Amino acid sequence: MSENHFQPKIVAFFCTWCTYTAADLTGISRLAYAPNVRVIRLMCSGRLDPQFVLAAFRQGADGVLIGGCHPGDCHYQEGNYKARRRIELLRAVLRDLGIEDQRLRLEWISASEGEKVQRVCNEMTEELRRLGPLRLGRPQREAAELAGETR
Amino acid sequence: MTKPKIAFYWCASCGGCEEAVVDLGEGLLTVVELVEVAFWPVALDFKREDVEALEDGELAAAFINGAVRTSEQEEMARLLRRKSAAVVAFGSCAILGGVPGLANLYEGRDILDLVYHQVPSVDNGDGTLPAPESRVAEGELTLPAFDATVRTLDQVIGVDYYLPGCPPPAGLIASAVTALVEGKLPARGAVLAPDVALCSECPRAATKPDKLLVRAFRRPHQMLIDPELCLLAQGLVCLGPATRAGCAAACPGGNMPCTGCMGPTSSVVDYGAKALSAMASLLDADGEDEVAARVAEIVDPVGTFYRYSLPASLLHRRVRPAARDEKEEVAP
Repeated sequence: MSENHFQPKIVAFFCTWCTYTAADLTGISRLAYAPNVRVIRLMCSGRLDPQFVLAAFRQGADGVLIGGCHPGDCHYQEGNYKARRRIELLRAVLRDLGIEDQRLRLEWISASEGEKVQRVCNEMTEELRRLGPLRLGRPQREAAELAGETR
Repeated sequence: MTKPKIAFYWCASCGGCEEAVVDLGEGLLTVVELVEVAFWPVALDFKREDVEALEDGELAAAFINGAVRTSEQEEMARLLRRKSAAVVAFGSCAILGGVPGLANLYEGRDILDLVYHQVPSVDNGDGTLPAPESRVAEGELTLPAFDATVRTLDQVIGVDYYLPGCPPPAGLIASAVTALVEGKLPARGAVLAPDVALCSECPRAATKPDKLLVRAFRRPHQMLIDPELCLLAQGLVCLGPATRAGCAAACPGGNMPCTGCMGPTSSVVDYGAKALSAMASLLDADGEDEVAARVAEIVDPVGTFYRYSLPASLLHRRVRPAARDEKEEVAP
């Protein structure tokens, strides 16, 4: 597959109150954006467990996008601040593990910013297309395959 | 009645797990009364042939410590698997990859280059590297192959029980051996330690504030640590909230923060991700710059949060520069 035809897979975690609603607005407004983004709705960006990001990478995502309410606008007061702290600390870990910063993106997108969803999804898709696929190795066998083995 | 036979073996480890068995002290004599030690290279003069001579499944249990890095370790793990009714992954390295697992931050080739070429105290004029096979005047010499990646024991063979810790606490070892002898082991796959967070048994638990807020992360050498107060309340990166209990909080009890050797509880898939999440949640920082400043205070984030668990993590290792087979051996 040549790099130009590479279609990155992006897993997006959008909070239901702001960014997910904005993504609905994008659709209602008939704003087309890259189909590379698979959206998962969370109640709040503060619900994002860093394990979700790693699981997405492990299962084939080339990038992970997180969308939450603007600072000060969180439906639950401070979930988006928690998300920011967790993601920045996770980013520091990922950097040392050889995963580029562009593969993990945090954006504040309010319910009225349908065009920002379009722009961010398109930008990230292009950026990852330039970066190429994330190739994770596997240990030869996964623990789960061996769990039942006794001999 | 013949006594059940057990084996101890070490793979990529420091020897501390072997020491932990010896730390049973006089308790070890009780163990030897109850079981027959059929193989224990670090302490007794048995050879691989002695293990090969056993019937399949003849060993009641093999306690294997250490991660798996070489072809020899893999062969021995497979051999012991075949000969044992139960395999116990013994200690952090066998279960999670341990400190040797941090080598997964580097390429195997680079490690050999550093150790055999670049270390200032090494005098290696010919630039010799260890090779699985070398021809010398006297004939062919062989060495175990050095795998590209460190693996946990259960990424190599099926594992029945997990005995966590670096090294496992004596009390947990004793109760595991007792359960084995009495045939009272739990269901296969069990971790032979409590399934709650370390804070539950920490002597400092009572001083943990209802709302913990960390204004700045500090390191033990930068401060005088209050011997009573919750270490998190003092700004130390104590991983107790993300770590399994079972060690009686030995480190916090000794005025040092928990580094997570007991691994996660059963509700967690990736220890490091959960540990960093716990620490991030406690931060008293909202603005972008403030958050960046606190994150910068964590020196060596992977070594902090994945100190014992990089090979067992969802990513297993640092992303390799080019897609290559994980099992590729490092040839000179």
